[in-house]
Amino acid sequence: MSSLAQKLASERAVRPVQDLPERLAQATPEGMARRLKGLSDRAIAWMFITPTIVLLLAINIFPLIWTIQLSFTNYRANRPNAPVRNVGTDNYHSILTDPDIWAAMQSTAHFVFWTILLQTLIGFALAYLIDRKFRGHAFWTTVILIPMMLSPAVVGNFWTFLYQPQIGLFNYAVSFLTGVPPSSFEMIGSVRLAPWSIIIVDTWMWTPYVMLICLAGLRSIPEYLYEAAEVDRASRWRQFWTITVPMALPFVMLAVLFRGIENFKMFDMVNLLTSGGPGSTTEVASITLKREAFEKWRTGYASAFAIILFVAVFGLANIYVKALNRVKSR
Amino acid sequence: MSTALTSAHSIAEPSPGAKRVAAAVVILYAVISLGPLAWIFLTSLKSPPDSISYPPKLVFEPTLEGYCNLFTTRTRQTPDYIRSLPPAAGRCDEITRSRNMVIAGPSNYVPRFINSLVIAFGSTALSVLLGTAAAYAFSRFKVPLKDDLLFFILSTRMMPPIAVAIPIYLMYRELGLSDTWLGMILLYTSVNVSLAVWLLKGFIDEIPREYEEAAMIDGYTRLQAFFKVVLPQATTGIVATAIFCLIFAWNEYAFAVLLTSGEAQTAPPFIPIIIGEGGQDWPAVAAATTLFLIPILVFTVLLRNHLLRGITFGAVRK
Repeated sequence: MSSLAQKLASERAVRPVQDLPERLAQATPEGMARRLKGLSDRAIAWMFITPTIVLLLAINIFPLIWTIQLSFTNYRANRPNAPVRNVGTDNYHSILTDPDIWAAMQSTAHFVFWTILLQTLIGFALAYLIDRKFRGHAFWTTVILIPMMLSPAVVGNFWTFLYQPQIGLFNYAVSFLTGVPPSSFEMIGSVRLAPWSIIIVDTWMWTPYVMLICLAGLRSIPEYLYEAAEVDRASRWRQFWTITVPMALPFVMLAVLFRGIENFKMFDMVNLLTSGGPGSTTEVASITLKREAFEKWRTGYASAFAIILFVAVFGLANIYVKALNRVKSR
Repeated sequence: MSTALTSAHSIAEPSPGAKRVAAAVVILYAVISLGPLAWIFLTSLKSPPDSISYPPKLVFEPTLEGYCNLFTTRTRQTPDYIRSLPPAAGRCDEITRSRNMVIAGPSNYVPRFINSLVIAFGSTALSVLLGTAAAYAFSRFKVPLKDDLLFFILSTRMMPPIAVAIPIYLMYRELGLSDTWLGMILLYTSVNVSLAVWLLKGFIDEIPREYEEAAMIDGYTRLQAFFKVVLPQATTGIVATAIFCLIFAWNEYAFAVLLTSGEAQTAPPFIPIIIGEGGQDWPAVAAATTLFLIPILVFTVLLRNHLLRGITFGAVRK
């Protein structure tokens, strides 16, 4: 143990605070110092954890419970003095039978399905190519990662400019590549293309995310598996399907899980790009929720919808985590 | 294959041809995906007519008009009135007058930017403080229901922000926290602390317990060992975690747009509503976006080796 202590003393990082005990002793009144010294590990553990738990209880759990309570009432936040009536499960009833809500769930499903499919395919392909370890691959990886770090709201807002017919860069690029006149189509304004306008921006932003996790998966595959396959004269194609894909699968699923949850509750980018329009073609669940809660001010109704969404995300995430563990343990 | 077998490289090494193709595709993707960002920067240097010209202009005369418009509010005046003014005080004055306008005062961008800075740094400091303490406790001590508590902390992150926004909106209205720095700092801390706990627990797990034990044998108390031994060792992890929290708070929009309207409004809800005469002033929006994104670009480069860990809550490490 004493050699460990010596090693400790020689740690360069420790040196700047070498006189900390002295300084602490000067700064701390004697009684308090004795009490601190006497603190048991158990006391320290609770002292360290409690503030975090209290904060989460106050700003996450308390609001959640309040939402549950509101979801059984007809409360409207813009009329705080109107009498509040308990309506039982009426809100839940009307949500589950409301065709608008089902339309919103369909928009959400369309958005989540296509973004995940595109991001997984492109992200995995990019990761596979980067894993060929060409010269400069580290630099280009960092470059590719940039879009995912940016504010979806601020960048999403700018995409409305890129999508303008005529003057927008996107329409111009499409017309340059395909020969279609740039003013002949409107990404955001048309019912047919608007859902794709949000899918394109989301894919642009988050493909790097899937790519990065897939890359970690590919790098976790031990080299000797490929060497053994090479010795056995397995073709590259066969190696890809029997080694690369199954070994990287848990990582791909992890990426799909994270993106699925995030896109299920997608709000900021869509709110700025199309704000649910035209009509309600891109009205994903969070946008419907915002409209109900902060535009129509049906607080009770919106609360019930929020609870349904939360249960859905939570349930899906749990099922998925179980599936993920099964894949991992295989 | 026989040449591969005799070469010094691993036999599974991709061929030079495969590497060249891979490099070409990856670089092409990178360049295309940076296109929109390059366009934001170029637009910020265009004059308003250039920014909406058809076809989109790649070559143009750069001007600072977008940046001038971003930082000022202007009023339209008659040419006679403008001629009667004393000479222009600076470049922005000249540009504004050439459009038959005069600068009326500063815009709201600087206060919004300051709000963003205060709220992002405030919530980051608080998240890292709470997160480090909780992560240390979870890493080193037997805590009853440890796994449940950790899962609880993570699960708070799964809630759709709009769903929690309803009661928080009501709660803040009662407590007088709506549209205040403190309210936003507490809110962002509650979102970030889950990330901080999970990431920092991973980093602290990697510091050998023996270091603290040796220090405690030398007479340090547990708290002294924590401050003197663990914290210095965890510096890299703490900095990486702090940058992640900073980026989240900096980029956040949903809570900001619903819970702030004036005093404490951050930049993300403000930038989309920058308008000039007759619609959005795109060079000014682009200028605001450019200035807003630059800190993130710097942080991304600094963080590049920890990104994987950060985006997976520490589930995947390199």
